[in-house]
Amino acid sequence: MKQSQNKDHAALAEDFIKDNEHVNWHDGALWYIREKRDLASKQIPEWEALREAASKIKSNVISNLHEYLLQFEANLQKNGVKVYWAADAEEHNAIVYSILKAKEITEMVKSKSMLTEECGLNEYLFERGIEVINSDLGEYIQQIDNEPPSHIVLPCIHKRKEEIGELFHKHLGTEKGLSDPTLLTRVARKHLRNIFLTRRAALTGVNFAVAETGEYVVCTNEGNADMGAHLSEVQIASMGIEKLIPQKMHLAIFLRLLARSATGQPITIYSSHYKRPREGQEMHLILVDAGRTRQLGRADFRDSLKCIKCGACMNTCPVYRKSGGLSYHNTISGPIGAILAPNLNMKQHADLPFASTLCGSCSNVCPVKINIHDQLYKWRQVIVKEGYAGNAKSLSMKAMAWTLSSPGNFATAGKAGRWFLHKLPFIVNNKFNPWYKQREMPEGPKESFAEWYTKNKENDKKE
Amino acid sequence: MGSREKILEAVFKNQPQVTPLPDIAIFKGDNNDTVQKYIDVFKSIGGSAFLVDDLTVVNALINDYFEVVKRTVTSLPELGDRFELLSTTVDPHMYEDIELAVIKAQFGVAENGAVWLTDELMVQRIIPYICQHLAVVISADSIVPTLHEAYEKIGEGNYGFGGFIGGPSKTADIEQALVLGAHGPLSMTVFILK
Repeated sequence: MKQSQNKDHAALAEDFIKDNEHVNWHDGALWYIREKRDLASKQIPEWEALREAASKIKSNVISNLHEYLLQFEANLQKNGVKVYWAADAEEHNAIVYSILKAKEITEMVKSKSMLTEECGLNEYLFERGIEVINSDLGEYIQQIDNEPPSHIVLPCIHKRKEEIGELFHKHLGTEKGLSDPTLLTRVARKHLRNIFLTRRAALTGVNFAVAETGEYVVCTNEGNADMGAHLSEVQIASMGIEKLIPQKMHLAIFLRLLARSATGQPITIYSSHYKRPREGQEMHLILVDAGRTRQLGRADFRDSLKCIKCGACMNTCPVYRKSGGLSYHNTISGPIGAILAPNLNMKQHADLPFASTLCGSCSNVCPVKINIHDQLYKWRQVIVKEGYAGNAKSLSMKAMAWTLSSPGNFATAGKAGRWFLHKLPFIVNNKFNPWYKQREMPEGPKESFAEWYTKNKENDKKE
Repeated sequence: MGSREKILEAVFKNQPQVTPLPDIAIFKGDNNDTVQKYIDVFKSIGGSAFLVDDLTVVNALINDYFEVVKRTVTSLPELGDRFELLSTTVDPHMYEDIELAVIKAQFGVAENGAVWLTDELMVQRIIPYICQHLAVVISADSIVPTLHEAYEKIGEGNYGFGGFIGGPSKTADIEQALVLGAHGPLSMTVFILK
């Protein structure tokens, strides 16, 4: 799998923006989706009330999660679904492996599951002789390119059609140079149809799990979850414990918000409610923690668990649009990723909350009203306290603290700065000054405000 | 202690104080013009919709719009003399080559153009997904304004599987270019019986 070679977000983003034409295209594509979301949301007069209700429902869920988990488990079992609990990624993967091994299954088809991407399921199973094919077209494209998805809803939003055409030529034998999206999709349809028809096991994610009835809902536009599930002998669902909702009626709220927030559609083409296995079929569901209970315990950050994975925050974020999801070196990228990831590995993801201008656009579009930009700011403080801020940042914060600690220091620093800007501008107008990248330094003022005031105060007195 | 107990204990310890659920009875749809609204939305998604008097019209329209020489299946006994009736006992893989499936749905939802149907009406769960073209019959008076009314109608639902289906399958994964026909049907037609 192509990795980010331990570069931080700033370095990866710097690589991304080298191709000016590409970054502008990427930016435009995502902003267009943001605009579609706006059009859709404006057609619902009660949109803000829906957001408020969804937010309150999810707050209730995380405050009563223990009860809902027990209720959900009991109902699943009543429905004939086998339930498993996985504390971490490794345990989740081992459970999936054991389910497949018991039926001697060596090939599985998967519909979109960010959780299994997080757990590294495909790699784990591959090492043990089990092939997994990602059936969502975008995820399939990323899979054959050996690259993780860059966006949770639009996995290859960063790829041009020519690049995809080249991949299809290499892996599916299409004509060289073919890049028409419809024709490429038809080729994928044929190839993946054969996969659906021959795989005995199918794995899906879970968009919403209803505690009240023990059923779960999977939303797709392609129909790949259903093509896999309804032809399978063994159906597995992997879900994070935070995906629960209390009552069936609540689905109305969430399904009205989800697709409109994600892509501007009134609903995904397929919203499938899985409850009981087909005759002759087994259904399994794995409840996964993998850091979620720890986040639940963080008072400032637990609201990030309300997320319904719509991707609206990514589509609107100016930093995401211009750096691409792969710059975030985490399965969940963008603003929501930046407040989830430090909980998973603070050292590895310390840079993410700083990959933001704190503009707050993310919080404005979040269907469940997570205060994302507040949490980004709060994470910065945690990260600095824990000692994970980079050296440059720590030193510059210390220098600023010295400068601002006394009027004398402030005046001295100001005078020195103005002197250098006037007499020796090249000292600051160079590549060592990060502020100078793609900006002009300002012309230094002739005098500070304090100097001007002192002078003119005396003039005033004379009158 | 197994993972189940560890996770439940951690959840119990870390969850904040309970906050109440909101009252969602305030959300209601507008019952006016639901049929026209449904048709408008469904067409805007790329589906075809026909408002018809009865099933003989449906029969005629199917003949006009689909290649009925290819395998056509149905769950409607009224169409059983022309088309193959679906069976619950056949292996679902045997339906791989269906060109057109004509089935019923319980109702439609005006705000998003979707229909709701359960496994009972699908006859086999795979049918509405595996066919190349899908045609669904609903009654005009079954159409509800929003998902709020939809879930009231569904209730707890005694089904093993149920789904909203809102149009032909689609993807925009390749440069955001909309393509109708991903893995599910290439087209969807709804016949609304007056």
